[in-house]
Amino acid sequence: MDSPVNDTVPAQPAVELHDVARHFGRFAALRGITADFAAGRMHVLLGENGAGKSTLLRVMAGLLAPTRGKVRVLGATKQREVATRFGYMGHAPLLYDELSAIENLAYFAALYGIHDEERCAEAIRTVGLDPKLERRVGQYSQGMRQRISLARAIVHQPELLFLDEPFSNVDIRSARQMTALLAAMRDAGTTIFVVTHQAALMESVADECMVLEAGRMVAREKGIPARLLSPYAVAVRA
Amino acid sequence: MSATPTLWSITRRSLAKDLRLEWRSKDAINSMLFFALLVVVIFSFGFDPTAEESRRIAGGLLWVAVLFATVVALNQTWTRELRNQVLDAYRLSPAPPQALFLSKTIANYLFVAILEMLMVPLFVVFYNLRSVGPVWQLLVVAALATWALVVNGTFFAALSIRTRSREIMLPLILFPISIPALLAMVDATTSILTGDNSPYFWMRLLAVYDVVFTAVSLLLFEPVLNAE
Repeated sequence: MDSPVNDTVPAQPAVELHDVARHFGRFAALRGITADFAAGRMHVLLGENGAGKSTLLRVMAGLLAPTRGKVRVLGATKQREVATRFGYMGHAPLLYDELSAIENLAYFAALYGIHDEERCAEAIRTVGLDPKLERRVGQYSQGMRQRISLARAIVHQPELLFLDEPFSNVDIRSARQMTALLAAMRDAGTTIFVVTHQAALMESVADECMVLEAGRMVAREKGIPARLLSPYAVAVRA
Repeated sequence: MSATPTLWSITRRSLAKDLRLEWRSKDAINSMLFFALLVVVIFSFGFDPTAEESRRIAGGLLWVAVLFATVVALNQTWTRELRNQVLDAYRLSPAPPQALFLSKTIANYLFVAILEMLMVPLFVVFYNLRSVGPVWQLLVVAALATWALVVNGTFFAALSIRTRSREIMLPLILFPISIPALLAMVDATTSILTGDNSPYFWMRLLAVYDVVFTAVSLLLFEPVLNAE
């Protein structure tokens, strides 16, 4: 499905998908998705559980190889070539429970060649937490872990960000703070993909939304239309 | 500041992280020590050898006990990377995959070396052991044999992490491929303890085994890490 968003689109899309399919055994999680996603925008992926949203995000991030089709991210067909330029926040926090927040970030930043602890502390402050917290991440609440996970995804200042359910288990005030942070990053030029069931949180900041159903992209619209704001209002085919 | 992540910088960083995680959780060390202690005590009840017999069987008993205890540690190695899907964060980064393998192997080497340092005095006491050959040769054999066990073990533990019965799969894959190394380490140790034969052939065999399996594991680790 081609982009229905008619605003001026930068020449190089952030992500290009061509007939992307992904099967797990006989189960088809993605069925031939074709789309270009403009850079510098906030793209929201909606759909019921099992629709293929997380799989699509993992395929775009290079964690899963497509069974069929082509994926191009930031102009590269091998995500590893552009690994320093994108960040990923998964469904799981991707953090070591036995380390503190700053220890986790210092380690993951080092994987990107960053050895500046102040930059890690700044990333933690950005998500609204105190970098001096000495407690281990395993002792944090789910919401705090989500925020540290976001800090881990942005510590290397990526130009493309994939976020899989970033607001799950996060209280409404913190979720709004995270939304404002994402909007500020988008305004600064970062391309952001958000998979969420809480469309209302993204209503004011989303540039476009895509609806997935049974592995197919069944709708793609500018912003988030009112009918999609209800968590269960995903039957948009009609 | 940002710099290209190199093999050695990431290996050092990942090793420091693994040692810190182990220091805080003590998952591997505790289970290895407990298991090894059980083996030593049970063997000592099972046999009542003379000093001469001890020299002949101690090599085999010691290395079999170390091998089994190592498997316990190896199962822990990758389990903590699967928790919270942390391995995905590494796979997404530009860090060289081989750095993760090297850091895990070195960390396991240190854990097993600590275990051996604690087990050997127990063996000496329980089996009334005295080496006829020079002790420095035993140290060289221990260094080479430990690397042989952990380099293979770390690689095959990574290979089996996504299998459903990984705790059974690991010994099933690891033990057959470790037979040449096990044979070499047992015969080298027995040769030194009894002073009957020269251990150099077995020591050279262990060195070659270490070089070959280190090289192969480093070459093949990237596809193993990225396997779905």
